[in-house]
Amino acid sequence: MEEKRIPLCSLTEGEVGRVCSITATEGLRRRLSDLGLVRGTMVENLCSGPFGGIAAYCVKGTVVALRRTDAGKVEVCVWD
Amino acid sequence: MGLTKQSMKYNGVPSKNAKNVLGLAGNPNVGKSTVFNALTGLKQHTGNWTGKTVSTAVGEYTYRGETYRLVDLPGIYSLLASSEEERVARDYLCFFPGQGVVVVADAVCLERNLNLVLQICEVRGDVVLCVNLLDEARKKGIEIDLDELSLQLGIPVVGAAARQGDGLMELKAQTAELCAGKIRTFCPKIPYGDAVENALSRLQVRIDALGPFPLPSRWIALRLLDSDPALRGTMTREWGIDLWEDRILRKELELLDLPRLGEQIAEGRICHAARIAEQCILFHCETYNRFDRKTDNVVLSRKFGIPILIGLLLLIFWLTVQGANLPSQWLSNLFSAGGTWLSGLFSAWNAPGWLSGILLDGVYRTLTWVVAVMLPPMAIFFPLFTLLEDLGYLPRVAFIMDPLCRHAGAHGKQALTTCMGFGCNACGVIGCRIIDSPRERLIGILTNSFIPCNGRFPFLLTLITVFFAGENSFAAALLLTACILFAVSISLLASKFLSVTLLKGVPSSFSLELPPYRVPQVGQVLVRSVLDRTLFVLGRAVLSAAPAGVLIWLMANVPVGDGTLLSLCTLALDPIAAVFGLDGVILMAFLLGFPANEIVLPLMLMGYLSTGTMVEAGDLTVLSQVLTDNGWTWVTAACCIVFSVCHFPCATTCRTIYKETGSLKKTLFAMAFPTAVGLLLCFLLARLG
Repeated sequence: MEEKRIPLCSLTEGEVGRVCSITATEGLRRRLSDLGLVRGTMVENLCSGPFGGIAAYCVKGTVVALRRTDAGKVEVCVWD
Repeated sequence: MGLTKQSMKYNGVPSKNAKNVLGLAGNPNVGKSTVFNALTGLKQHTGNWTGKTVSTAVGEYTYRGETYRLVDLPGIYSLLASSEEERVARDYLCFFPGQGVVVVADAVCLERNLNLVLQICEVRGDVVLCVNLLDEARKKGIEIDLDELSLQLGIPVVGAAARQGDGLMELKAQTAELCAGKIRTFCPKIPYGDAVENALSRLQVRIDALGPFPLPSRWIALRLLDSDPALRGTMTREWGIDLWEDRILRKELELLDLPRLGEQIAEGRICHAARIAEQCILFHCETYNRFDRKTDNVVLSRKFGIPILIGLLLLIFWLTVQGANLPSQWLSNLFSAGGTWLSGLFSAWNAPGWLSGILLDGVYRTLTWVVAVMLPPMAIFFPLFTLLEDLGYLPRVAFIMDPLCRHAGAHGKQALTTCMGFGCNACGVIGCRIIDSPRERLIGILTNSFIPCNGRFPFLLTLITVFFAGENSFAAALLLTACILFAVSISLLASKFLSVTLLKGVPSSFSLELPPYRVPQVGQVLVRSVLDRTLFVLGRAVLSAAPAGVLIWLMANVPVGDGTLLSLCTLALDPIAAVFGLDGVILMAFLLGFPANEIVLPLMLMGYLSTGTMVEAGDLTVLSQVLTDNGWTWVTAACCIVFSVCHFPCATTCRTIYKETGSLKKTLFAMAFPTAVGLLLCFLLARLG
């Protein structure tokens, strides 16, 4: 099994990853941690919206929508 | 939506030394307002989406002879606030003494909720946790060990299903104990790791020396580490000392890697929540949310997302148009019979002409028009809209619409405030508090009036039916949907315009929770939407229509020169109005309709009818006759529709904008901007037609 680090926004639908680092600035980082998104959290991409640019993720049993630009500032580890 | 008399009346927090005051806090959308309503018997508006309660509401309940006051706070994810409504809740939780706080948590996603519970436990020693929606959790195969949870958190825990009324008595009992001072909760320390703990103990020594402070020194030290600027301001104001300015503390802080420690604090808390969750929550069925996932995969998908959204709009409008036809006719028949009876009564009493003129032609006819035209569509549209809201579809609309908002330079949550605008623009404007960036919030406020509120809905619907769709209710629904899409596009284009000219900036980050789908409580939806919304809006319309009817009647009967005051005014306005495809009466109706948009159509009719033709309150064919007799064509109707969508907001909305922005200039701009857009579009339309 090979471990790969990719930005959260590159997760494909149905793919699961574990957050390994957050490069976002203070405000966004706070918002993400409020939703339970910190290092070590498992995230699943549920679906991307009709126009793209936003996607719904499953975090700790809740569904959270993030814009692509914001999700790009979270790095996740995935396994092939 | 959500403007009800109740939510307007009970605003305001009790004074700091009042007795038996309890705060009600929790994540957004966990059923706080349901708990609040169940305890206090009030009808605070509830709905399945984030950001519905933007200001605090206060209610009372009695338990064993004692009266308790409950403050319903806006939903928050953490005490690190960034938007206006979050700040309101945070300041209450940290700095308002009261007798305690009830934290409501969602049993279905308890682990995420624990993050906030832990934060509140760190600040206060008077917390009770209410784990709500236990029924839903049970259905999804989630079992929660409440005793273990209570042990782990060190606070009393009550299980509840507030919609069914379960667990409320126990909650009342616990809060009574809390108020009597019999419970002091003690939160076990959350371990944050060595680096943070070392820093904490050094800071705490100094804080203790400076103190005493009303809050635990460990909590103060934590806040120094994650350095929230908004909190610093409030702490300084509350305690009269700026800790960040203290020489020793500042020196300590300068030596630390604050961003790193802030991250570790957040991680430490979330890990602690996860550990507690592991010991207290049992998932019997791993695929408990399969239904939601499957539905979302269709509703939010690339292929079906937009068609479903438009299809739902169409369906709602079609049901409204189709269903409103017959009752509208019944009502107008009833009212015209009533009119005949009343005029018979007046002549039997030998009442003077001016009196029957004012009361019958002025007040009675205007009122019956308002009721006959507005009541049936509203009584159908509101419950349908409320059903969608309860189901949890609104945040999905925001999700689907977000790319459009992003391109318009607007905040993602503007889609939600737009939806609120369909109910009432004043609510939409207040709702903009959920947007944390001031620039984007202002964009949201300034463009909300482009969304036709329910006061304008019947007007649009009537004109569409009379001039474009005729008997075909499907065509009417189609055109109304097109009208809504037009309004939304104009509002987005206006946002785009503002974000590249006057309010330049980059879109800020945002996150949106998509709540689980919930089965709406049909009975309650019906009662609530008919009583709270329909009658509220209708009442407002009637209240402003009656004096307006009198005014118009007087204007039509005060002779000035050759004509009357009314004909003089409309004649004066005619040449200006003609440029924009309207006429003097229409323009005057819009101007006099400033107190409430609901009365624009009745005012127009009064204007036309008072100049000679006498018509009883009638159905749409009569209306069509009156309008075409006064020179209306489809271009006039189209211009009217456009101007109704794009014109100055009503008085209530203007007052709200002034309150929210605190600036007369911005309020005037909020009036001038849509009007200018509307006049421009009407001008073009009139030229084309």
